[in-house]
Amino acid sequence: MNTIDNTLEQAAPAQTAAVESEREYIRPAVNIYETPEGYVLEAELPGVNKEGVSVQVEGGLLSIEGRRPAPVLPETEFFYRETSPADFRRDFQLDPAIDAANISAKMEQGVLTLTMPKAEAAKARKIAVA
Amino acid sequence: MFNSSLEAGLETQFPGGCLPALDVHDGKDAVLVKAELPGMKKEDIDISLQEGVLTLSGERKGNCQTGGGGAAHCERWFGRFERSIRLPCAVDAKSVKAAYTDGVLTIELAKAETAKPKQIKIQFN
Repeated sequence: MNTIDNTLEQAAPAQTAAVESEREYIRPAVNIYETPEGYVLEAELPGVNKEGVSVQVEGGLLSIEGRRPAPVLPETEFFYRETSPADFRRDFQLDPAIDAANISAKMEQGVLTLTMPKAEAAKARKIAVA
Repeated sequence: MFNSSLEAGLETQFPGGCLPALDVHDGKDAVLVKAELPGMKKEDIDISLQEGVLTLSGERKGNCQTGGGGAAHCERWFGRFERSIRLPCAVDAKSVKAAYTDGVLTIELAKAETAKPKQIKIQFN
């Protein structure tokens, strides 16, 4: 699992909210799969639509942010509350083998799926013996 | 509030018992129930109302395996879930509306006439 561990943020505390310049964020649940072509990352961002998602890669760091539209319902009228209205944010250290220029993303029913291919040179190759 | 790694642990201990996260909003004319259920299809969600208890159930399809047999890191939970909540007041069972957008299920239950707040004028004799 070494390559997967390298793709996760390092030394991150297992907390729900991470304070980022005085804003509270929720760390979305993610699944990361390694395939022969690269990695697939799924992040759960309920309540976030395509316009509210931002995916950025800079210097090997992948940042996912999901903004939800401002809440419409007055807080005082909640009979029972388990969710948080905070936005989502999570950063990942990318495996250097990933070809950042060819990362593709799609958003469906609150799930962001990123397909991150490995650069050709990094893929396992069979070398023919002459 | 459940954090992501805790969710996976709770799901195995209380399968479908306390997930998905739910909000119940007590408005003037309707009760609104919101559940966070990202990545599902409408047809895999069941909603039923019986004697003032709303039950949400369904199956979150998916798994944590890769086709190529590579490694995987899993925080999302999958499988059957079922949660029941007693509504705060009487509702009109004939006018329940449900919508599933951006992974959030919203159920709007109009309050029964008897349950709506009323102003009572006090007469002074």
